[in-house]
Amino acid sequence: MNAVDHSTTDLNSSTDTILEIRNASVTFDMDRGQSRVLDNVNMDIEREEILGVVGESGSGKSMFASALLDAVVDPGVLTGEITYYPERGQPIDLLDLSPKELKKVRWEEISMVFQGAMSSWNPTLSIKGHFEETLDAHNANFSEGMDRARELLADLYMDPERVLNSYPHELSGGMKQRALIALSMVLEPQVLVMDEPTAALDLLMQRSILKLLREVQEKYEVAMVFITHDLPLVAELAERIAVMYAFEFVEVSTIDDIIRNAAHPYTRALLNATPNLDVHVDEMRPIEGSSPDPVHTPEGCSYHPRCPLADDECVSEDPGYHAVTAGHDVACFHWEQSREAIPYTLPFQDDSTEANQ
Amino acid sequence: MSSTSDEPVLTLENVEVHFEQSSGVFDLFSKSDVVKAVDGVSLEIPENQVIALVGESGCGKTTLGKTAIGLQRPTGGSVKYRGQDIWDAKDKRGDVKIPYSEIRKSLQIIHQDPGSSLNPNSQVLSTLSAPLKHWQKDLSRQDRRARIFGMLETVGMTPPEDYASRYPHQLSGGEKQRVALIRALLMSPDIILADEAISALDVSLRIEMMDLFLELQEYFNTSFLSISHDLSNANYLATKADGLIGIMYLGKLVEIGPAEQIINDPQHPYTKALRWATPNLNPDSHGGDLPMRKIDIPDPTNPPSGCRFHTRCPEARAVCRETEPQGFEIGAEHSAKCYRLAGEAHEYWSSPELTDDDFGTTDDTEEQAAGD
Repeated sequence: MNAVDHSTTDLNSSTDTILEIRNASVTFDMDRGQSRVLDNVNMDIEREEILGVVGESGSGKSMFASALLDAVVDPGVLTGEITYYPERGQPIDLLDLSPKELKKVRWEEISMVFQGAMSSWNPTLSIKGHFEETLDAHNANFSEGMDRARELLADLYMDPERVLNSYPHELSGGMKQRALIALSMVLEPQVLVMDEPTAALDLLMQRSILKLLREVQEKYEVAMVFITHDLPLVAELAERIAVMYAFEFVEVSTIDDIIRNAAHPYTRALLNATPNLDVHVDEMRPIEGSSPDPVHTPEGCSYHPRCPLADDECVSEDPGYHAVTAGHDVACFHWEQSREAIPYTLPFQDDSTEANQ
Repeated sequence: MSSTSDEPVLTLENVEVHFEQSSGVFDLFSKSDVVKAVDGVSLEIPENQVIALVGESGCGKTTLGKTAIGLQRPTGGSVKYRGQDIWDAKDKRGDVKIPYSEIRKSLQIIHQDPGSSLNPNSQVLSTLSAPLKHWQKDLSRQDRRARIFGMLETVGMTPPEDYASRYPHQLSGGEKQRVALIRALLMSPDIILADEAISALDVSLRIEMMDLFLELQEYFNTSFLSISHDLSNANYLATKADGLIGIMYLGKLVEIGPAEQIINDPQHPYTKALRWATPNLNPDSHGGDLPMRKIDIPDPTNPPSGCRFHTRCPEARAVCRETEPQGFEIGAEHSAKCYRLAGEAHEYWSSPELTDDDFGTTDDTEEQAAGD
């Protein structure tokens, strides 16, 4: 979104922002051209909120996660501004920090749970060893830290002593994942970024972990960013949803608005394409077409090749954000026609057109 | 559903698959434990049927699937293909009516990860030619190509000449899965086992892929045995094909029935828990509490006595800990293994309810016991 007008992109509902992302882009140079895997993204993350970021594989959502910690892997280049607002003191621009300063912000202020808990653990180190190593690396108070570790493990429905004395291979996938969440919280971060934290687990464990995450979020008052391809999963957890398509956010709103009254044609198609038990199987519809190539993202609105509402304007111009309601922004010229053009198969559509205005 | 004959294609009778743990991967267990991955499962798969098996990781659903198509030798019970015991045919024991090679060809599999089930050094054409070269030696090169191109077109990979010359890394996840599907279908199998073939795909691609499965299933008169941890995928596949959903827990098939009934009227408390765990878009429902006592599945080397679900079951009573319930019929083709379905006279109803104190103080005693 190049044509960002800040008066209409007030992604804040309140003003208590903890992490502000402005014009963040990530590019990789490839043989066949430059691949832009995050495209001028703007987002404000509020203190103590749970933000769900939803997108298909290759939509750039993991790059967004990495950008929040300035952890984009080489040879990717991150540009833009990522500003962290601590509770006290001056705002910190993450991209200006020295490696040493950055190391301090990571984990202590902004922490991350990566995809695939299984490979995040060192197989030769006990779980306790991992906690000790982390506390040590950040010069944290040891006994306080271990007390917190025990409490976190108990909050996540595990027996702290048994888990701490185990090696990673002695725990089931679900327990490893929960222990990893405890480890990421042990230095009391203000923001926890999770990239598909439950993707490798079965549904029962996924749902159980989401339930625990909500409890942990309330107890420790941490802001969470939950990144997933699974919209129904995060619908139970997040207050706000940002839908990502082709390396940028196409729609941001509360979960209620997204489900009842999504304005972007892609969001509506995605909802119709998501297997769920609320809709009769004969009514579910796949999304036509395929996701764009990062080297050749379509001009104008990147969704136009798949969009039933696309016209010449969409092909040539970037739509920019339009405010549906306060706090509900959509990057589409024709959002007012989307509900008619892409009817919901979900039975939760908000039928009052006033809600649209 | 069944059009040609009433005889099921596959009959599993009281199948048991017990793995002995001695050393290697499982050497954390000091004693040699037996994991009862599948324990006494009976199942019939007729022609043109879609059956979806659902359960948590480690419940034995993959082992059961592999046993059903003759990739895993059962340690007890029998697996019969059109009346012929698969392992008797393999061992050439007794009077073999259907040779093993024919059985092998009729039972195909699509693996979980399409990326690793294709040879990265082979073009699509050579991957798909291999089974035809092996089984249909008389087919000319042109005929082979024509068949493969025809299949590529059928699954929507056009132009086929282009796709046939690609390597796996030049295909998307959905396209790789389609190639794996073609590879299975080229053998004109009676049954295809699809082991988590859908859940590796993006949510937005799942319906498209399942529609393709169903289309081809109808076209080729193939039965599908689909394995998943996701009830909404199982629902989509099985409901559309008028099929069955089977629910597995720790090696047991605890409930099986027509898809619509399993989804809308689950009987076993575990099925209800899976139903709860299936994400739901309804903004008015907030899921409610976990309908189980514990999050973690017990250690499969030391499964709970009686009904294996009793340690997590919110409805468990003393009798559930002592004896294992048998299947109770609820309707046509629908049965579940829970005493709550046994009628009012059953001792379950007078048996004392189990409280959390009955399970010790910690939440994961069973699971951890093995690690000590």
